Amino acid sequence: MSPFEYAPAPESRAIVDIASSYGLFINGEFINGAGTAYKTINPATEEVLSEIAEGSSADIDLAVKAARRAYAKVWSKMPAAERGKYLYRIARIMQERAREFAVLETLNNGKPIRESRDIDVPLAAAHFFYHAGWADKLEHAGLGSAPKPHGVVGQIIPWNFPLLMLSWKVAPALATGNTVVLKPAETTPLTALLFADVCRQAGLPPGVVNIVTGAGATGAALVSHPDVNKIAFTGSTKVGKAIAREIVGTKKSVTLELGGKGANIVFDDAPMDETIEGIVNGIFFNQGHVCCAGSRLLIQENVHEEVLERLRHRMSQLRVGDPMDKNTDVGAINSAAQLGRITELATAGDNEGAQRWSTPCDLPTKGFWYAPTIFTGVTQAHRIAREEIFGPVLSVLTFRTPAEAIEKANNTPYGLSAGVWTDKGSRLLWTAARLRAGVVWGNTFNRFDPTSPFGGYKESGWGREGGRHGLAAYLKQGEQA
Amino acid sequence: MSRVEIRKTYKLFIGGAFPRSESGRSYEVVDSEGNFVANPAMASRKDARDAVVAARSAFPNWSAATAFNRSQILYRVAELMESRREEFTNGVSLGDSIGKGRAGKIVDAAIDRWVWYAGWSDKLGSILGATNPVAGPYYNFSIPEPVGVVALIAPQDSSLLGLIDLLGAALTTGNTVVVLANETAPLPAITLSEVLATSDVPAGVVNILTGRTKEVAPWLASHMDVDAINLAGVAAEDVQKLAGEATDNLKRVIAPKSRDWLQTPTIEAMTSLLEIKTVWHPIGI
Repeated sequence: MSPFEYAPAPESRAIVDIASSYGLFINGEFINGAGTAYKTINPATEEVLSEIAEGSSADIDLAVKAARRAYAKVWSKMPAAERGKYLYRIARIMQERAREFAVLETLNNGKPIRESRDIDVPLAAAHFFYHAGWADKLEHAGLGSAPKPHGVVGQIIPWNFPLLMLSWKVAPALATGNTVVLKPAETTPLTALLFADVCRQAGLPPGVVNIVTGAGATGAALVSHPDVNKIAFTGSTKVGKAIAREIVGTKKSVTLELGGKGANIVFDDAPMDETIEGIVNGIFFNQGHVCCAGSRLLIQENVHEEVLERLRHRMSQLRVGDPMDKNTDVGAINSAAQLGRITELATAGDNEGAQRWSTPCDLPTKGFWYAPTIFTGVTQAHRIAREEIFGPVLSVLTFRTPAEAIEKANNTPYGLSAGVWTDKGSRLLWTAARLRAGVVWGNTFNRFDPTSPFGGYKESGWGREGGRHGLAAYLKQGEQA
Repeated sequence: MSRVEIRKTYKLFIGGAFPRSESGRSYEVVDSEGNFVANPAMASRKDARDAVVAARSAFPNWSAATAFNRSQILYRVAELMESRREEFTNGVSLGDSIGKGRAGKIVDAAIDRWVWYAGWSDKLGSILGATNPVAGPYYNFSIPEPVGVVALIAPQDSSLLGLIDLLGAALTTGNTVVVLANETAPLPAITLSEVLATSDVPAGVVNILTGRTKEVAPWLASHMDVDAINLAGVAAEDVQKLAGEATDNLKRVIAPKSRDWLQTPTIEAMTSLLEIKTVWHPIGI
């Protein structure tokens, strides 16, 4: 064993108790769905974890009715401070059951336990804690003297951060006085269903949070339900546009947090150790299943070779494999479908003339895996420079002048995130001001916090989540109020 | 015999120039009694696209101008309108089919509206921005930024004040604009373009088209390089269709709302044309 090899350090899964099947969480209890059940798996092993109900439109209707009743009879009448106390309770219970959530998240999503344990779950609890405090202070949020909730909110979340996206959606919705019908992602329902148990333990009034599992059709039924006042969606730009079009002509409000093709710009004076770590974190965090990933690396030409050499060296140290191993850096791809999409786009990279380099690593035989990969010689016309890969694949481009970096960085219909690496403060701020993106990380990447607004320009979405600005998504604005 | 007056040729305003429509078309504008007034240009899809190109080209500099600078320029627009108050009063009287007295009051309100918006440009950052106390060694701040190129379908119930009310909101926030003027009463908008051309408003920041709303508005709604669209002047039966087309590139859509243009606008007129950008940086030595 060389000094840099690690003994296996698997996290125990004994802490979780996965039922053989789950129903839908409506009006404070689990009921059988009207649709056909489907299997949810561990993407690292393809082991079936449980059977999940597929919510039908009748089920969605039941859930919306429960949410409406809870809104009209309980939640909208409750003093705001009391409402906030339920959120504090939820935050505390999530902290108390953090290990359970982390293990379950890793089993169902394939992300490394180190990330679910240290990032997803603590941030999810922090979102509830942060928004709990807003509940009785909304008149100070700069959104009018008596801002009003929408009523019943339909929320659809993705599979890349199942619990964290739940908390980004549910916490502000409840704090502002709305009730919720949440549809988790098809492939990652388990932590949302465990969250239902948190609602039970917190004594949350029935119907305030309803969780209806299922696939696209279940989400579509939620979007088109006439008694839903607001839709909040996180997912692909394609589906986001379809939702935006669907709700045109209705009175529904909508916020969208969609795709990205984030530029990560490295100037020649960048602090190199931190930059290499930041590039790796930007694209290989969570297997690259990150809407704000730094998936286009723009390197100033005179440091191009140096950056690539150090990047390849650093990537070679990444430990790819068992997500339950506490030393794992890169886990499993979430689904066969996503692996197919990554493979297709990477093949397009080959075919269009970019040069592929992947880390030398042994991938498990079962489950869905993709070795961390970079493409060099990428041009702006290549599909891998234009389309969101949503996997551990980095496209490398170069630039000579700051103006060229800006031009290339902004040459995308997306506008979610960007990164800038330089030791010069004035250059960093100059660059940040010109990037058409909702979040700019200077000398860091992929940082998140409940107090920090997150969301995109252009086709990356409508509205913000987090911070004071995120509250606007769940309160009626202007003439709606 | 009385003197034969020199009439004005009303043309488009694109990229700081006053071209005729590339289509060669014009249409007749009449007064409330049906008398001939002028033949303004009837803009085409190509004119609309040219205007978007001009607005996009003007965006980097206008959005990067200091708020103080934008403030002074908008105030300058008010100054120049004041000096042409009588011309605007005649135009609004004709355009809105109202008496000179009421038209004068509307022009006063329009001038004052520029002043109101001029004062906003360097306040918005303080009011809408934030420093966010993140749980880590990072400095984190959020600032409002303009959404980009805004298409403004000017209201049909007001030839000047309604336009300025919505245009001022877009300009003080740093956006560049393509205006489709009030269809039947486009002349005050063109007179305004003459003021804008001489008020230090950089070329391309405001572009004004005249023509048929039903013909031109859909091209702006579906244009992939327009970031936001205000549907104020779109006929009720067309709003849904245009809002749907605007989703092709997820434009920010501002739905028409009927309101008394003499009333002071709300801050939403401006916030609906802003994006929030959040910047992170580590703190350390």
